[in-house]
Amino acid sequence: MSDSIRQPAGTPAVLMTGITKRFPGVLANDDITFELRTGEVHALLGENGAGKSTLSNVLLGLYRPNAGTIRIGGRLVELRSPREAIAHGIGMVHQHFRLVQTFTVTENIVLGQEGPFRRREAEERIRALSERFDMPVDPTARVWQLSVGEQQRVEILKALERDAKVLILDEPTAVLTPQEAHALFATLRSMVAEGRSVIFISHKLDEVMAVSDRVTVLRDGRNVGTVEVASTTKRDLARLMVGRDVVFNADDHTDRPVVDHERVVLETLNLHADDSRGRSALRGVDLKVFAGEIVAVCGVAGNGQRELAEAICGTRRRTQGEVMIAGERTVGRDPLEAIELGLAHIPEDRLHTGLAPSASVEHNLVLKSYRHPPMSNGPFLRHRRIRANASALIDRYGVKTPGPDTPTRLLSGGNVQKVLLAREIGSEPRVLVAASPTRGLDVGAIENVRGLLLDAARRGMGILLITEDLEEAISLSDRIVVMYEGRIVGTVDRGSADVTEIGLLMGGNR
Amino acid sequence: MIRLERRSTFPKWINWIVPVLSITAALLAGAVLILATGNDPLDTYSRIVDRAFISSGAFSATLIAATPLLFTGLAAATAFRMGVFNIGGQGQYFMGTIAASGVGLAWGASLGKAVIPIMILAGVFAGAAWAAIVGALKAWFNTNEIITSLMLNYIAANVASWLIFNSRSYWRLLTGSGLMFPQGKRLPPPSDWPALSIGPLSVPFGFMVGIGVAVATWVLYRHTRFGFEVAIIGDSPAAATYAGMRTKRKVLSVMALSGGLAGLGGASDVGDFRHILDPKGLGQSAYGYTGIVIAALARLNPIAVVFVAVLMGGLNNAGRALQGPDFPAGLVGTLQGMVLFFALGGELLVRYRIRWGSHRIEQVGAAESGAGQS
Repeated sequence: MSDSIRQPAGTPAVLMTGITKRFPGVLANDDITFELRTGEVHALLGENGAGKSTLSNVLLGLYRPNAGTIRIGGRLVELRSPREAIAHGIGMVHQHFRLVQTFTVTENIVLGQEGPFRRREAEERIRALSERFDMPVDPTARVWQLSVGEQQRVEILKALERDAKVLILDEPTAVLTPQEAHALFATLRSMVAEGRSVIFISHKLDEVMAVSDRVTVLRDGRNVGTVEVASTTKRDLARLMVGRDVVFNADDHTDRPVVDHERVVLETLNLHADDSRGRSALRGVDLKVFAGEIVAVCGVAGNGQRELAEAICGTRRRTQGEVMIAGERTVGRDPLEAIELGLAHIPEDRLHTGLAPSASVEHNLVLKSYRHPPMSNGPFLRHRRIRANASALIDRYGVKTPGPDTPTRLLSGGNVQKVLLAREIGSEPRVLVAASPTRGLDVGAIENVRGLLLDAARRGMGILLITEDLEEAISLSDRIVVMYEGRIVGTVDRGSADVTEIGLLMGGNR
Repeated sequence: MIRLERRSTFPKWINWIVPVLSITAALLAGAVLILATGNDPLDTYSRIVDRAFISSGAFSATLIAATPLLFTGLAAATAFRMGVFNIGGQGQYFMGTIAASGVGLAWGASLGKAVIPIMILAGVFAGAAWAAIVGALKAWFNTNEIITSLMLNYIAANVASWLIFNSRSYWRLLTGSGLMFPQGKRLPPPSDWPALSIGPLSVPFGFMVGIGVAVATWVLYRHTRFGFEVAIIGDSPAAATYAGMRTKRKVLSVMALSGGLAGLGGASDVGDFRHILDPKGLGQSAYGYTGIVIAALARLNPIAVVFVAVLMGGLNNAGRALQGPDFPAGLVGTLQGMVLFFALGGELLVRYRIRWGSHRIEQVGAAESGAGQS
């Protein structure tokens, strides 16, 4: 199989020339030329909206460009559908997996292939493939039983089974532990060693530096540079990506918030809760957050972080234990109780849980304060106050919106997050529970969110920061607690944080 | 080729132009149909308009036909606004007629006109209680309200039918012609609702109550905390829960409100027009289901429901009046169906814009907003 992949020396695996793709009001790709050499890992780096996904969707046959040509293995091709792209050996691993949860690994992989289905043979084939690329996964397991990392392997195997010569991975490490990410990188290296080629879409500079041979940086739909990783630095890439210098760590900020160890604003005692399927998800969590303190909760997704946030906020029933907000014991089960005690919450799912997507920006900004004066008067809303409140917050937090009455779902991801932060931080709560507040945001927006969190802590707010981004945890927090299988398995203080150690704790190794 | 693009902005004119275009398109398609039956479309339409709104007594008859639809339309709109699909307007209307006629029969003679507010309350209460069953099941047991409310329609219809045909109930006439043909007792005359005469026009009391209720509903949904919560729950139940709203209670109260409005329609049915419990006539009328159509055409706006109800009532009224050898009986029903069909098609135009070009369907939203977000 691998012999046929080899191209004549010098012929790029993919050559996209002058690709232009317009959407109404947006020039998503502007005359982009992109060359993927055979046998390389080529990173596609850029902020959200820079055009990475559009470019890969063009290569996948999902979009047809307004201008430009695509050559695969030197041959001019026209990709009219994903089916044609697959036939040309293009494979994609989406960020959100496209797997049927109740099917087995093998069933998922052969799904859509033509010809008779011989289960035994297919399973053997997949087992061999997974061993060849060192991606252990049981072909007979059902997908819902697999960890996220394993599910990703299934997606990769699916592409390999179709003999993909070019593999596109969209933000593949977003869901992985550092250790899993390293295993993935090793797999990618072994794939390119066989003469396949990989396009690695990311906005994480460290990963790009670690895994790729070359990097193409996109900004505002244009290719602003393709460079050899060996001859560049993180800082240079960041500058290319954003177009200016970027502050990397909160360490670069001066004056850390002062922690007031006299005032506990949030405390959980032996907290237990079940997940949505009724399985035990929190198994006795003891946690304290002081005024002015940022405590980061780290862990691989699915180890109880979501349930922890929900149990604290009262949107999930706790089965045992206590939650104290600002010294008050809560009854639980009632989000309103927590809100009235001064708890703010930035949920993971911003647009559908934190906000009502079709409601206007101004209504979302009073989603919690509409009950009381000045936003309402008895049973009646005061539309003028609501509008004034919106204008003030839009100004102060720099929300870019056509108007206060625009449906919130029409805003960009960064602005959606700003609306949420404006409401939650703007209400000056005593304690803020923030779940992955920077996930999916671009570098500029991340900087802004982190600045807001630090400012809030400086004003004496206690912050529980739930994040999968270790760098973020290390740079922002005073303390890091690591969660594994519903328990806190370690606490690391600021200054003594070590990525490897935390990574091991996250993976359940002490 | 035609392609559809998701709209990113919603200009104000679209709320007006789309219904107007839908109705125009329906009339054009209807014209083709009328031509096919060998009639003259222009003549047919002018006769419909004449018999619905213009000729002597036509508009009064139209208001009578519109009144039940006004209530069931409001009932559907109030529930649908929160994403609760109350298909049970028909059954709630039935319960309203049973309760209101029972009260009227019992106290109409002794209380005089004072029985009217009691009939209203009885209708509202019966409809609300009937719908509350659905609301409670949905809120606390997460059952599908479409199925439960639909099933309760059959139960309500059978209860009414049993009262008249299969039992010697209080509602049934057991003397005179009632011995030959099962039928309901006539309510004592004081329980007849008054009609307001404006010149030649006679406006049923129920219709006026309906307008008041429409305005009140509009205020409730537009200007109160209750309405705000309904809008948020309808948009995203998760966000509502997160913000501390009592979503279960709200499901129950909105269902009860919706059912109460349908029940009020039932009370008006008894008080304004029929003055007896008439399960057969009610069953044929299908007001509850037409109310869903009206709410959809009115884009769930209570004020617009008033106008759509009058329009549909006019069509019904004209259809009944014109039925004959030169006017096919099913024509008006077909026209109503087409109006709905085109209005639902028009919804597509509200959400998407049409582009003429050589490209395939594309979604702008997916283009970049999905980029790199998790």
